[in-house]
Amino acid sequence: MLDFQGLRFRAAFFHSLRSFFVRQQFLEVDTPIRQPLLLPELNIEPLASEGWFLQASPELCMKRMLAAGCSRIFQLCNCFRKGERGRLHLEEFTMLEWYRTSAGYEELMTDCEALLRSLLVDLEVMAPCAVFNETLRVGNRFISLQPPWDRLSVHETFARYSPVSIDQAMAADTFDAILVEYVEPHLGMERPLFLYDYPVELGSLARRKVGNPRLAERFELYINGIELANGFSELTDSREQRQRFEQELAMMDEERRQRSRMPERFLDDLAHLDRAAGIALGVDRLLMLLMGKECVDEVVSFAPADF
Amino acid sequence: MYTAADLRKGLKVQVDGAPYLVIDFEFSKPGKGQALYRCKMRNMITGNQLVQTYRSNDKFDKPDLEERKMQYLYCQGEEYHFMDTGNYEQLVIDKEHLGDNVNYMIDNMEMEVLFFQDRPIDVSMPMFVNLMVTKADPWAKGDTSGSDSKPVTVETGYVLQVPPFVEEGDKIQIDTRTGAYVTRVKE
Repeated sequence: MLDFQGLRFRAAFFHSLRSFFVRQQFLEVDTPIRQPLLLPELNIEPLASEGWFLQASPELCMKRMLAAGCSRIFQLCNCFRKGERGRLHLEEFTMLEWYRTSAGYEELMTDCEALLRSLLVDLEVMAPCAVFNETLRVGNRFISLQPPWDRLSVHETFARYSPVSIDQAMAADTFDAILVEYVEPHLGMERPLFLYDYPVELGSLARRKVGNPRLAERFELYINGIELANGFSELTDSREQRQRFEQELAMMDEERRQRSRMPERFLDDLAHLDRAAGIALGVDRLLMLLMGKECVDEVVSFAPADF
Repeated sequence: MYTAADLRKGLKVQVDGAPYLVIDFEFSKPGKGQALYRCKMRNMITGNQLVQTYRSNDKFDKPDLEERKMQYLYCQGEEYHFMDTGNYEQLVIDKEHLGDNVNYMIDNMEMEVLFFQDRPIDVSMPMFVNLMVTKADPWAKGDTSGSDSKPVTVETGYVLQVPPFVEEGDKIQIDTRTGAYVTRVKE
């Protein structure tokens, strides 16, 4: 169980997150945690609840809100992913998501830089913050959090660190294994890094890159080799989105994964959505870095072992 | 049968016909990617370590392991003789399978012996053992060198650091997991 000092820091962290978005004229929203259907995603196993599901992300509802006319929204909520448990994973974790219309993934990267800067103004003065002068201390290493952060494309990154090319990795279905083994340990070690432009197969809800349809405008934020956020320019072409969902559902059937039906109303609403971008940030992990901890269990009020 | 999702530190699984103990385990899952179960495992027979990354669909057999209560009788060179306290059957285990445990084994001590497909492969010790100190330098009173420990030898030949007041002939308790001194024992 988190001690009083930790609870105070966590509360200040949440408060600071919220005030950043409120200052930026984002509307705080809340959506049902338990829902009758899910966006089809092959690698996310949902937790079932009486025939419905506990949300793996608030994405579905938040994008429908965008389609209904909201231009800037954010939500801080609990999400659930079955079987995800480790140093950086809890089956129930805290997610921050924000969405903007008339924006692409570049704007979200800038948001991340501004958000962290604003958090540090509020939190650097508090114990047990591991950041001083915009510099994060990790063991005996230092990571500068001053913007601008590094930006590196997935292609460049693989060329630099992976023993095989990105195309070979994709063909052999080893992208994730190589990313974890060879690539991630180098990412965000001196300053935070945005890894961007993923193969389009790896962004089922992301828009294709303007000028290169084999890539999706998707990025991940890394600090100290740890993935913190996943953002992308939203795919708003409902016909293409339907096709991508169909592919995803077919793969889920092949692997006999639990799946829900096609999210028809979500697809209908997409038709009313123009350019937009959205991002999900794992706040327990960010808090873990800021508090100088090694494991997400150390920054949540109750970890599974505390019961 | 185990699946990759069952993997955790301390689990015993069979890989390529040999029993392995998972000694380190890390779950990772990049972005919206596949779940990866990265395991460091030790072959319970050879002691060799193996690092392997598994995916959700990978499956493992449960190794055929059995623990039997045995009494350690004596050693002859590299051979350690044991007796099953249930059926009085005797058997020999090589020193290499006993590892650091030989540091804490004294005659007639009872311990659990682990068998894989009826072959003895390991023993598990009590968490704490009491051993006699057979060699210790005397404690020089007024020693102001500031050192707060000294090396002693116990009856098994094992050498460890203890507080300066421990003397030859004392019994001390040792934590068999770490090999460290715990306390002096009065008998």
